[in-house]
Amino acid sequence: MTLEWGWFPDHADEMARLTADHLATAVPAVVLGLLIALPLAVLAHRVRPLRGVILGASNILYTIPSLAFFVLLLPVTGLTRTTAIVGLTAYTLVVLVRNTVEGLDAVPAKVREASRAMGTRPLRTLLTVELPLALPVIMAGVRVATVMSISLVSVASYIGYGGLGQLFTDGFQRNFPTPVVAGVALTLLLALVADALLVTVQWLCTPWRRGTSRQRTFMRRKAA
Amino acid sequence: MLELLKNLLSWLTSPAQWSGPEGIAARILEHLEYSLLATLAAAVIALPVGLLIGHTGRGAFLAVNLSSFGRALPTVGLVTLVFLAGGLSVWPVYVSLVALAVPVIITNTYAGMAAVDPEVKDAAKGVGLRGRQVLWQVELPLALPLIMTGVRLATVQVVATATIAAYVSFGGLGRYVFDGLAQRDLVQVLGGAALVAVLAVVADLALGGLTRLLFRGRPATAR
Repeated sequence: MTLEWGWFPDHADEMARLTADHLATAVPAVVLGLLIALPLAVLAHRVRPLRGVILGASNILYTIPSLAFFVLLLPVTGLTRTTAIVGLTAYTLVVLVRNTVEGLDAVPAKVREASRAMGTRPLRTLLTVELPLALPVIMAGVRVATVMSISLVSVASYIGYGGLGQLFTDGFQRNFPTPVVAGVALTLLLALVADALLVTVQWLCTPWRRGTSRQRTFMRRKAA
Repeated sequence: MLELLKNLLSWLTSPAQWSGPEGIAARILEHLEYSLLATLAAAVIALPVGLLIGHTGRGAFLAVNLSSFGRALPTVGLVTLVFLAGGLSVWPVYVSLVALAVPVIITNTYAGMAAVDPEVKDAAKGVGLRGRQVLWQVELPLALPLIMTGVRLATVQVVATATIAAYVSFGGLGRYVFDGLAQRDLVQVLGGAALVAVLAVVADLALGGLTRLLFRGRPATAR
């Protein structure tokens, strides 16, 4: 298999357009997923009987092949970007819901009780105490969901909104590997950059967790 | 919508649809063959690597970041690439599925090994166990629940993704999805998708049962 290096500069514009297109599908999917997952996770965390149902349902969504998902949505949303976004959103739910529930579970009961004892209302406790403390675990989920979505967008090339996945179809149909290599490489790069960005966001959002790793280890030992 | 469901149900239950070399039963077997072989191959590659990284503590960075890389790798792209490079054979399917499963198993195996209490390892060394004995008799049994979680996760992903075999002209349940797409036959697509989802859930439950069987007699805290 030989690459045609001349293809890359000739198609720089196309690659930039497809990358933007890729993000236009992947980013809304994760945002939408988070908007749906947060309330569901809070519900699963607070109302025990619902827990199994919510976690089980998001698990089952994950087992449906992504391509079939897009097709399933076609009668409802048609050949639009919405179909691709909704399909990807469903996939992000399994990680986002599970991580948010786990994050909330890990908040020490004493902290919650202290907050309540100081007269903070439950909703405010949730927003200002529990969610911030659960943030690292939630963000871990957001990172996984983002990387997964970026990789899965290519499946939507079947309905015309595959972003960089369009390059796979192109290469496949013309028996020409170069665009496929470009597509894979750009998808990986995009995922890497998005992940690094999210790590930075998390670092900015959780100032109390900063400090050198040695300090953190020390604090943990002291706590234990 | 109701009409669609009725058609789907009759598609799934018609005996003619189930028999023959292109029937559902045969497609399920093909699908299972791809999935099981790929998961098995992935486990053979990933388990020793994960155990080694966990035992020696070297390469932890690799183990943690590999799963992220694995998730970022677009399976459709990989299968297309191997297909274009290697021509018409079943290899692209196995390469992509194994590449999907290996990072998941390595990362979870490592996580399981890393979660073993260092004091327990010290104690094992203290009573005279050698490095290898510590690995097999102490670390591995304690890490097994998380290792099995990794294998389950990988299996579900492989079963759901094995549909791509049909993309490069092979069988499995993906046949219905891709043929249905080409023929604009929504019932066939949905039927194939439903079967894949059921297969993935069944595989997950079967492995869950196996895990419980393995840990029978262990106290609940050590599961």
